[in-house]
Amino acid sequence: MSEGGAAHVLLPEAHDSDVESHVAVPVWLYVVVYVALLALTASTVAAAYVDLGPLNNVVAVGIAAIKAALVILYFMHVRWSSPLIKLVVLAAFLWLLYMLGGALSDYFTRGMMAPSR
Amino acid sequence: MALSTTTDPAAPPLSHQFESYEEQRQSATLGIWVFLATEVLFFGALFVVYVVYRYLYPAAFMAGSRRLDVTLGAVNTVILLSSSLTMALAVRAAQLGQRRLSALLLAATIVLGAAFLGIKFQEYHHKFVEHLIPGAGFRLEGTEARPAQLFFCLYFAMTGLHALHMTIGIALLAGLVVFTLRGSFSPENYNFVEGTGLYWHLVDIVWIFLFPLLYLVGRHV
Repeated sequence: MSEGGAAHVLLPEAHDSDVESHVAVPVWLYVVVYVALLALTASTVAAAYVDLGPLNNVVAVGIAAIKAALVILYFMHVRWSSPLIKLVVLAAFLWLLYMLGGALSDYFTRGMMAPSR
Repeated sequence: MALSTTTDPAAPPLSHQFESYEEQRQSATLGIWVFLATEVLFFGALFVVYVVYRYLYPAAFMAGSRRLDVTLGAVNTVILLSSSLTMALAVRAAQLGQRRLSALLLAATIVLGAAFLGIKFQEYHHKFVEHLIPGAGFRLEGTEARPAQLFFCLYFAMTGLHALHMTIGIALLAGLVVFTLRGSFSPENYNFVEGTGLYWHLVDIVWIFLFPLLYLVGRHV
């Protein structure tokens, strides 16, 4: 893929072949990603029936995150998107982490505060 | 591919504020992604509520989760992932100017989305029959009723909001089928197909997280 658009994120240079520079993803790649998503779905169900202690949650969310990353990178074409779009995608999930982190650092530490009074 | 000659009279032209189709396409994709960022935070707030209450009431969440049907949930996951594949291939066909194939794949995506919703409403019906709707008639043996109801409140709120997004997505896809067959899209401008595809995939991602967090809690106990 041509990475030449980096400096012209919003205003790429007008090429004669605007569409050709935007190459279609081969069908086999979509099918491979789809099969990987199905395999990961089977693994998350299987892992849920095994007692891993607190790791059950880590495995469940970890597999979901891998699946989400596959959908974002390939089905949503972010792997081939401009740096500006990559930035927006990263920002969306970073804001989500801020929201989770902020709320949970409050709720998860309330018990620690109680004994002082 | 001959580019300048593929434009159909009905195809959307290059809007005057853009210098090229490429710029127009980039702007459309960026706009959809900014919208999707707000969707991530919209659903994200519900995930925060989920994590807080699951932390406070782990036993009730396990008991509630075990009353959900893993088989139906897994089948729906496979259906939704398949719909994402047909959606991605529909966008690809639109990009290559293969109108009939694109319309066919969009229709397949609609059928898969409708199948998902059908199974979802079947599950809702089961929960209604089993007295698992939060409220006066709620019954779940062996748990404190209030935190267990919280689990089902979240279950209905999160899957309900997700189902609403799917319903909107199906309506958008139905419109795309009509416009595709009319020849309203071209390899230069299929931005509506691309944007709807991005929306559909994000709704798929929400379900990818909902499935383990709602259906698979406490299965090993």
